[in-house]
Amino acid sequence: MAVEKKGLSRRDFLKTTGIATGAFVGGGLIGGLVGYNVNKEGQVAGTGDHKGAGGEPTAVSNRGLMYFTNMAEFNVLSQAVERIFPEDDLGPGAIALGAPYFIDNQLAGNYGSNVKEYMQGPFFAGEATQGYQSKLTRAEIFRQGIAIMDEQANKRFKQGFVDLEGAQMDEIITAFQKNEIDMKGVSSEFFFKLLRQATLEGVYADPIYNGNVNMDAWRMKEFPGNQMTYIAEIENEKFVKYEPVSLTSMEH
Amino acid sequence: MATTLEKVDVITVGVGWAGGIIGAECAKAGLKVLGLERGKERSTKDYSLVHDEFRYAIRYDLMQDLSKETITFRNSRKMRALPMRQMGSFLLAEGLGGSGTHWNGHTWRFLPYDFEIKSMTDKKYGKDKLSSDYLIQDWGVTYDELEPYFDKFEKTAGISGENKNPFAGKRSSEFPTPPMKRTPILKKFEKAASKLGYSPFMLPSANLSESYENPDGESIMACQYCGFCERFGCEYGAKTSPEITVIPTARKTGNYDVRFYANVVEVLKKGNKVTGVRYIDTQTGEEFIQPAEVVVLTSYMMNNAKLLMVSGIGEMYDPDTGKGMLGKNYAYQVLPGATGFFDEQMNVFMGAGSLGMSIDDFNGDNFDHGDLDFIHGASLSITQTGVRPIATNPLPPDTPVWGEDFKKSSIYNYTRTLNIGGQGASLPHKENFLSLDPNYKDAYGVPLLQLTYNFTEQDKNLHKYLTEKTAVIMKEMGAKTVMAGNPITNYDIVPYQTTHNTGGTIMGASPDNSVVNTQLQHWDAENLFVLGAGNFPHNGGYNPTGTVGALAYRAAEGIVKYSKAGGSLV
Repeated sequence: MAVEKKGLSRRDFLKTTGIATGAFVGGGLIGGLVGYNVNKEGQVAGTGDHKGAGGEPTAVSNRGLMYFTNMAEFNVLSQAVERIFPEDDLGPGAIALGAPYFIDNQLAGNYGSNVKEYMQGPFFAGEATQGYQSKLTRAEIFRQGIAIMDEQANKRFKQGFVDLEGAQMDEIITAFQKNEIDMKGVSSEFFFKLLRQATLEGVYADPIYNGNVNMDAWRMKEFPGNQMTYIAEIENEKFVKYEPVSLTSMEH
Repeated sequence: MATTLEKVDVITVGVGWAGGIIGAECAKAGLKVLGLERGKERSTKDYSLVHDEFRYAIRYDLMQDLSKETITFRNSRKMRALPMRQMGSFLLAEGLGGSGTHWNGHTWRFLPYDFEIKSMTDKKYGKDKLSSDYLIQDWGVTYDELEPYFDKFEKTAGISGENKNPFAGKRSSEFPTPPMKRTPILKKFEKAASKLGYSPFMLPSANLSESYENPDGESIMACQYCGFCERFGCEYGAKTSPEITVIPTARKTGNYDVRFYANVVEVLKKGNKVTGVRYIDTQTGEEFIQPAEVVVLTSYMMNNAKLLMVSGIGEMYDPDTGKGMLGKNYAYQVLPGATGFFDEQMNVFMGAGSLGMSIDDFNGDNFDHGDLDFIHGASLSITQTGVRPIATNPLPPDTPVWGEDFKKSSIYNYTRTLNIGGQGASLPHKENFLSLDPNYKDAYGVPLLQLTYNFTEQDKNLHKYLTEKTAVIMKEMGAKTVMAGNPITNYDIVPYQTTHNTGGTIMGASPDNSVVNTQLQHWDAENLFVLGAGNFPHNGGYNPTGTVGALAYRAAEGIVKYSKAGGSLV
């Protein structure tokens, strides 16, 4: 499929806009939930020589931490996001998809520093309908939340978070979700929502952001990514299955 | 110390649809027009990497930088207003094209009923149908008077549609281009709605069904159904936007210029006229006075209201006395709807922002409200906009929002879920209004706009009644599980709802009931015009842009006339 897809460059497409050249697997080949080839090793993203869209090598081998300063914090984050989006018979979970690296990298940038948001005081708690009113940046909230996750693990189970059983981790995450944990300057429920949303972003964003390794999350969900056109298939009565394409295919 | 620049004929503050239309029409008539745009230049070539849900839809690449400017919000006067620190309920824009760059392209004409809502409601249901807390009023202009301008805007934009809505106002001509493609998903809706006795039709769309040259000679391409419209710009130039139509038209005249990074902070008024504006160059921090014969406020409705307020032009609305017009009649929309979970997979990732079918059987006064505890209604539509994986994780009732079951269910249902949504009209209420915040300021030291807003009983009743209608259609479409929308409670500024905010600078037939006259000319300054959805005295059951465009073309005609003769246009 990838080879077929490569036959349609963006430039070619723009020259022939409207011509149906998109490669697809014919309708009816649904079965998206069974017989799916996934990497059962759950290998940590960034170590493989995955191929990106159009057969170009991706840059995942350059992956590293930009925000967290020690692996212990990063490992707590990794285990937590894996519980939110676990590996299963459908395919890889958040760790294998690179979501922890995605989150780390985002926390080091505009997102982590709330650059495009209004951060002037004075700060008041406000009503839920008024939204985020914390003085803390997202980067600060994540670091605090992760430390408290580990504290909770030690308090409840006398072990670090990463050494817990899945059900024990879930108990702690649920406590955050239900706003039962005290955090400074922010509610634990808010941290949970941030963590869940960031996980989904890391799982499903284009691989150029260091998550969604090899577009495997898109394959699981049958989202085709960056397709140039659907004009030839938009009236198709059957479900059309595509090999996904990343924005890396645009760099030419 | 501000530097005073050379005078121009016309300034527009903001360059989106309204600013672009004024720019094109006034420059064609020989006036020297300057658009002051706080954001940056951009065009189709800047949208070539736009198939990126994360960057554009989640991180809001095209939207306003709230660190510079936002609004404050409270549900009622009893609450302390706090800043909207993150974008949520609605998406403010900046940059050339404004919201016209990232819109979906639904291009409606408000119903004849909308323009005469007060007199038609009173006539049919008596004066006490609604309590006097609801401030509905006629707009001072009728559908028939506005029709030629609807027609003009649709021809500029090349709108694709079909004249099959039995409830629509009379059209002087057919849609410029045929409707978009009827997809299997739309056909499901069409069949179900028809079977229930309703009248489905293709949604009028600014994603064009075929390539088109508009009367100004601008080309718009044919939509590719790529599924990246709302929150995105169009890489093909196939979603009609100001930067591919009215702005190039204005530039071709040689009478038009846009100055970027120019953030207007004050409209300067002397006696009963304005003399120009004061703006800050956001790159250098320098202040400039730009004099003009005519000033036209064409930024988003919130910023238009704010500029009038900080400039002391017009009397502020006072909810205790009902006096003052500025900031009055802020309205939003309510969104009745139902989600359906199907067995079969569908091509939900394909689509276009305005690819949809609608019914108007429950909009405006198209159905009898005699036994109902609300007036007006909503257009009900199914749209196939192209759903994307970060934001779209459909879960049937009682499914956990994370973990193993979440993953399985959200992946399974991603390609098996459809929504029917209504755009519920929103009526003004005396406690819903805009004012200036006394505590918080923007990056230039100017007070933030303050929004006081909550849903009303009318909103809740309308929402409940129409949600049930959408659920019935969804069931008829064959969904195995139908999940009707939850009843609305307090307005919450966090989740995205709709960028159809209206009011605050309303139009009307008299200075006693409006900020601007029916030509959108300010009652207190004859050379100041205020354009946009802020002019709407209430919000209808549709997207606003078609009506904004029509009002802008009508105002442009008035501004050209004013620049020759002066005086009041009404």
